[in-house]
Amino acid sequence: MNRKILCGAGALGASLFAAMPAWAQDAAATPTIDKGDTAWMLTSTLLVFLMILPGLALFYGGLTRSKNMLSTMTQIGAAASFAMLIWVMYGYTMAFGDGGNAFVAGFGKAFLKGITPDSVSGTIPEYVFVCFQMTFAAITIALVLGSTVERVKFSAVMVFAAIWLTIVYFPIAHMVWAPTGYFFGLGALDYAGGTVVHINAGVSALVAALILGKRKGYPNEPMPPHSLTLTFVGTGLLWVGWFGFNAGSALSANGAASLAMINTFVATASAGLFWMLAERLAGHKGSALGFCSGVVAGLVAVTPAAGNSGPFGAIVLGAVASIICFFAVSKLKPMLGYDDALDAFGVHGIGGIVGAIGTGIVCSPALGGPGKADFSIGSQLVIQFEAVLATIVISTIGTVVAIYVAKAVTGLRVAPEVELEGLDIGEHGERAYN
Amino acid sequence: MKFIIAIIKPFKLDEVREALGAIGVAGMTVSEVKGFGRQKGQTEIYRGAEYSTNMLPKVKIEVAAPDDLAPKIVETIQQVASTEAIGDGKIFVLDLAAAVRIRTGESGDTAL
Repeated sequence: MNRKILCGAGALGASLFAAMPAWAQDAAATPTIDKGDTAWMLTSTLLVFLMILPGLALFYGGLTRSKNMLSTMTQIGAAASFAMLIWVMYGYTMAFGDGGNAFVAGFGKAFLKGITPDSVSGTIPEYVFVCFQMTFAAITIALVLGSTVERVKFSAVMVFAAIWLTIVYFPIAHMVWAPTGYFFGLGALDYAGGTVVHINAGVSALVAALILGKRKGYPNEPMPPHSLTLTFVGTGLLWVGWFGFNAGSALSANGAASLAMINTFVATASAGLFWMLAERLAGHKGSALGFCSGVVAGLVAVTPAAGNSGPFGAIVLGAVASIICFFAVSKLKPMLGYDDALDAFGVHGIGGIVGAIGTGIVCSPALGGPGKADFSIGSQLVIQFEAVLATIVISTIGTVVAIYVAKAVTGLRVAPEVELEGLDIGEHGERAYN
Repeated sequence: MKFIIAIIKPFKLDEVREALGAIGVAGMTVSEVKGFGRQKGQTEIYRGAEYSTNMLPKVKIEVAAPDDLAPKIVETIQQVASTEAIGDGKIFVLDLAAAVRIRTGESGDTAL
């Protein structure tokens, strides 16, 4: 019943699409569980979880200074865990419950009311669908934290997470993925969550960083990453986990999943190399961090396009996103002077926007995409822009509210001496390395 | 007696040690040090943020030698440690007032 939107699957056209068995299932008298689909979705769910712990924790942790390593990893683990609990309490029903309107679903499935091991969603047990979508909520809040590390209080992170998920994430997830949702109705193409997860997280990260303020000493004091080795390991885990994210978003073990898989390979490979190329063209050396950044930018950009592009469209999309993200983090950020510590906006926000808009282009059958014969790039781009703008507006407003509530409750920012000594000791009473 | 201090590029240490052994130097003290001279530092770039480190890693060799061997040591280090590039290092020679072997109490050239 709840499907990711595929190319050409604007509103009613969706049921005609062969790669969407769930719609056919809905029409059938009794929905049945497909063992192959279920096995793949159980696996995909764990792959997305792997992206958070330890993938994102290592990726982000390695980029911080050694005195903030544990704080960064703990914020990610704790915020993701909190998201899981909130998800089963009322998040799932707000996003995917029955009834409601175009912006939020009904509260009938609060505390997972009525869901049993026999409940079916599409061709998989509903509990599996609940878990799969739970990992998406968990990673999105964790991604936001990339801009605020090294200075935000742990308690503020927890308060922010609860409010932000409630007023930003759950409604946007509903709008994009539920058949009654606003973006779904527009016919916006977002295969695996480029708007819900990446634009949303990236823009929220920027807004949060602007309100929180810069780290002490930024940008004059050197703040080099303390372990690019761990960042590289985290990058690898993210890439592997992303196959669950993208190919899992087919919600079936089928041809659409295979398309998402090959695109997740080639767009990412292209983006990793093109970031290094951009570094060379800018007069620097091709770097390990550049490769890792390119890989993540490519993964972000291919997320909405995963099942909505041919492999060669995906290669171009990855390259373009990588180059644009390179300029966003290495030129635009210093120019504007905001302290997005780990470039959550520069990579996820910018990469997500490039991906969302690019999806409206690469989906065209003329460019090897899986769109239908009457696919129109022009009209699709208008819809894509609309979805991007709406997401930016909702994330911005919601984040402002959530951050100021967190500030009122917790004070938001650690004391200057804690920031100087490091959040590992100041907030958690331990050191990463002894 | 002379006390010779040489600051060289770290990767040249093994070659220098072998060459000094070959001309009869029986011992030396080696430490890892940091510093700068004309080579200045290195520039690191992380996502466009440039940091220049103004201290570079070098190896410091200290050798105490009889007066007659000292010129040969200086010459050897100079030849072996040179890459003819900036940052090859320096050699300093000091007069050494006394030397004592702790185990036996010997002093002067015999202690070296």
